[in-house]
Amino acid sequence: MSQFPDSTLAEQNLQMSKKSVLELRNVNIFYSDNQAVNDVSFNIRRNKITAIIGPSGCGKSTLLRSLNRMNDFVDGARVEGELIFSNENLYGKEVDPVEVRRRIGMVFQKPNPFPKSIYNNISWGPLINGYNGSTDELVERSLKQAALWEEVKDRLHESALNLSGGQQQRLCIARALAMEPEVLLMDEPCSALDPISTARIEDLLFELKSSYTIVIVTHNMQQAARISDYTAFMEMGDLIEFNVTKKIFTRPAMKRTEEYVTGRFG
Amino acid sequence: MAQEEYPDAAGASQPAESPAARSIKKSGVLWGELAIKSWLASCSFISIVTTAAIVILLLSETLNFFENVSPGEFFFGTTWTPLFEPSSFGVLPLVWGTLIVTIGAALIAIPTGLASAIYLSEYASDRMRSTIKPVLELLAGIPTVVYGYFALTFVTPVLRNVFPDIQVFNALSAAIVVGIMVLPMVATMSDNALRAVPISLRQGAYALGATSYEVTTRVVVPAGLSGVMASFLLAISRAIGETMAVTLAAGQTPNMSLSMFESIQTMTSYIVQVSLGDTPSGGVAYQTLFAVATLLFAITLVINIISQMILNRFREVYE
Ligand SMILES: Nc1ncnc2c1ncn2[C@@H]1O[C@H](COP(=O)(O)OP(=O)(O)OP(=O)(O)O)[C@@H](O)[C@H]1O
Ligand SMILES: [Mg+2]
Repeated sequence: MSQFPDSTLAEQNLQMSKKSVLELRNVNIFYSDNQAVNDVSFNIRRNKITAIIGPSGCGKSTLLRSLNRMNDFVDGARVEGELIFSNENLYGKEVDPVEVRRRIGMVFQKPNPFPKSIYNNISWGPLINGYNGSTDELVERSLKQAALWEEVKDRLHESALNLSGGQQQRLCIARALAMEPEVLLMDEPCSALDPISTARIEDLLFELKSSYTIVIVTHNMQQAARISDYTAFMEMGDLIEFNVTKKIFTRPAMKRTEEYVTGRFG
Repeated sequence: MAQEEYPDAAGASQPAESPAARSIKKSGVLWGELAIKSWLASCSFISIVTTAAIVILLLSETLNFFENVSPGEFFFGTTWTPLFEPSSFGVLPLVWGTLIVTIGAALIAIPTGLASAIYLSEYASDRMRSTIKPVLELLAGIPTVVYGYFALTFVTPVLRNVFPDIQVFNALSAAIVVGIMVLPMVATMSDNALRAVPISLRQGAYALGATSYEVTTRVVVPAGLSGVMASFLLAISRAIGETMAVTLAAGQTPNMSLSMFESIQTMTSYIVQVSLGDTPSGGVAYQTLFAVATLLFAITLVINIISQMILNRFREVYE
C-alpha cells in the first residue's frame, strides 16, 4: 500500500492487485556485450495504460520488445530475468514465442501496413491463426474499435498504402486488435503523426483500456500524463521510478524524475 | 534608421571583400568539363548507333528473306531444312527446340532459385550469406562454353546411366545446364527483391503471431513479387538467348519431338551453324540467319520490356 499513497488509485490497485498481466522480475537485456536494460522489475496491470518514458537511448524500445519476444529477431539480443505472463516465464524453454505474440500484440513507431487491401490487412493475422468466424464482422469490429471504420468502410478493398499516415497507424492498431490480444504494446505510436491524428489515437487508447492492457512508450510527457495510469521512468537502462502516473508527474520520489518530467532534464 | 541597422549598406564600396558579393556568373567556358561531357556523350552515342545499325541490318535482311519465303511458311511450317534440297523454311522446329530447353531450364532454375533466395534473405545468417553470394556470382561468371562441355562430358553420361536410350546430343542435358547457368541470376535478383521488402513489414507480421514460414510466404514473397517475377523473366530471356552450351549439349537436329532424349536445334544453335558453316552469303539460306535472329531478338526484347515494366512498378511501391 505504501507504494501507492494516492488513495483512490491505491484502492483501485488493491482491487486489481491480483490483476497483474505481466510481471517483470530483474530483467536484464543485452546486445552482444552491451547491457541496454539493467535489472528492471515492475508489474503491468490489467486494463490499465502503462507508459514508459525516458531520454533517447535509455532502453524503452528494448524493454518493450522484450515483452512479446520481438527481440528474438535482433541479432545478439539476449534477455535475462523473468517476465511472468499467465504463470509462465516468457523466456522459458517450453514457451512458444509465436503464441506469445498472438496474445501480446504490438504497434510500431512507423505505421507498417502490409501492401494488401485494408480488409486483408485486418483479416490476415486472425486467418493465419486459424480464425474461422466471419471475417466481415471481424474487420468491421476491429476498424470500429480503432475509430477508422467511417473513413474506410467504402473502400475496404483498396490498398492500405493509399491511406494517410494517421489512418495507416489506426489501421495497424485495428490489425493488432483483430487478434484480440491480452496486451497491446505500442512504441511511440504517435511520433509520426500530426496533432489531430495523435488526439484521435489518444482518445482511442482511452476507450480500449476497458478491454485491453496497454503498454506505451512515448517521448511526449503530456501524452504520458494524459493517458496513462502508471508510468515507468527509465534512464540509461535503469528503471529510476515506477509509480502511478499522477504521482510521477506531481510528486516524484526521485530528483531525476522530476527534472525529466518538468523538462529540466540534462 | 535602416542605415543604422545595416552600417555596411552605405559603405559597400568594396564588394570583393564580402563573401556574399562573389559573382555567381560563369567565370568563362569550362573547356575541361565540356571535353569530358562530349567524350561521355559520344561513348553513349556509339552504343546507340551500333544497336540501331544491327537492328536495321537485321530488319532489311529479314525483309529480303520474306521476298523469297512467305511469312506463312516461315512462321507456321513444321520442317526446317533451309540448307539442303528440298529446302523448307518452317521455323517452328527451332522455336520448339528453344521452347523445350527454356521450359526445362526454367523448371530447374525458378523453384531452386526462389528457394535459394528465400533461404538467403530470410534464414541464412550473415556469415552464411557472405559465403554463398560470392559462390553464386562465381557460378554466374563461368563461360557458357564450359557449361556446354560439362553437359557433354558429365551430365549426358550420368543421364545415360538412368535412361540408356538417351542420345549423345539431347535436349534434357541442355535444359539442365542452362537451368544451372541461370540459377544464380534468379537467386541473386530474387534475393535482392526480397531483401528490399522493409524489415518493418516482417516485424508487423511476426507481431501478429505469424511463424517464419508464414511471414516469408504470405508477406515477404508477395511484397517482393514483382522483383521476383522480373528475375524469372530475365532468366527465361537469358535461357532463350543461350547459345554455346545449347549447341554443344543438344546438337543440331531441327526436331519437333516431344522427347527430351533426342537431339534438337534451337534458334541460337542454328545461327551458330550457319555462321560457322560454308553457306554462301547472299542466298536465301544465308538470309534465314537474319530471319531467325530477328525472331529471337523480338522474343527476348518483348520479355525484357515486360520484366523492366514489372521492375519499375516494384520500385514505385517502396521508394
Ligand atoms: N539492434 C541493436 N543492436 C545493438 N544495440 C542496440 C540495438 N538497438 C538498440 N541498441 C542500444 O540499446 C540501447 C537502448 O536502445 P533503445 O532503442 O531501447 O532506446 P530507446 O529508449 O527506445 O530510445 P529512443 O527513445 O531513441 O527510441 C541504446 O544504447 C542502443 O544503442
Ligand atoms: Mg525507441
